[in-house]
Amino acid sequence: MHTFLLVLSAFLASAVEMVEALTIVLAVALTRGWRSAGWGVAAALASLSAIIVLLGPTLARLPIDSLRLAIGALLLVFGMQWLRKAILRASGMKALHDEDAIFAAEVAALTVSGARPAHDWYAFTVAFKGVFLEGLEVAFIVVTFGGTQHNVGLAALGAAAALVVVLVAGALVHAPLTRVPENTLKFGVGTMLTAFGIFWSAEGAGVEWPGNDASILALVAFVLATSAAMVAWLRWEQHKPAAVAA
Amino acid sequence: MKWISRFARFWYDFIVGDDWRMAVVVAVGLGVTALLAHHGYTAWPVLPIAVVVALVGTARRALRDR
Repeated sequence: MHTFLLVLSAFLASAVEMVEALTIVLAVALTRGWRSAGWGVAAALASLSAIIVLLGPTLARLPIDSLRLAIGALLLVFGMQWLRKAILRASGMKALHDEDAIFAAEVAALTVSGARPAHDWYAFTVAFKGVFLEGLEVAFIVVTFGGTQHNVGLAALGAAAALVVVLVAGALVHAPLTRVPENTLKFGVGTMLTAFGIFWSAEGAGVEWPGNDASILALVAFVLATSAAMVAWLRWEQHKPAAVAA
Repeated sequence: MKWISRFARFWYDFIVGDDWRMAVVVAVGLGVTALLAHHGYTAWPVLPIAVVVALVGTARRALRDR
């Protein structure tokens, strides 16, 4: 029974962290491209492997709160920039494809000059941070859950099972997500990054969230509702002078 | 030298972006959150409120500058 509970606990706790990482990777990859995001994931996994091999059981002594604070704060400011642009686009205050046009012009200029198009460091960095932090948390879960029961191997088995389930789930949701309109997707990415950023950075600053990880869902709903209200407000503000003049 | 300036530019764009005031509001919100949490107060509402303040502020500036 203890063995089953250990595997189940490690499975569930790891699955929660992996879903968080998957959400970020999918969001970034679908909007900025798979290549750089994939490199970010690969680099994060390589860094994690190196840390796990080097530190082993002493991993539990890493300053996880400081990492949450730093990575969460960076995701938050980056997510809010995306959200800002998505809100301005959805309300009609900014052209829908301005960034695409700029990027296409940059790529065209580089192609003419013979240089290779630049690597997308934004996609790389965001994917790296998400996978690195969540992967580190999974490693913590395995070390702490397994350590207390003197069976790290079984806890690792639970985490590995969670990885398989989450990867299958990711493959299933990927196809429908590619059909979502671009600005809607960017709106979703901004919302996700902002919600995760609020959660992690506040946790790193010493906050205990009501409901623990479940509060991420409440934060997503909150950010989404705030953004939708802002879009409505901005549309109303833009049409206000015309209505008065008429 | 060129690599250093591009690296600095990347992090500036990543953190500051189009509106530096948003990053400042987040930094202040995080500071207040840490302070309240450190003294045992309920601190979790601070950051969501800071996000709303930052977004409303940047939207107002966008409206004004259009």
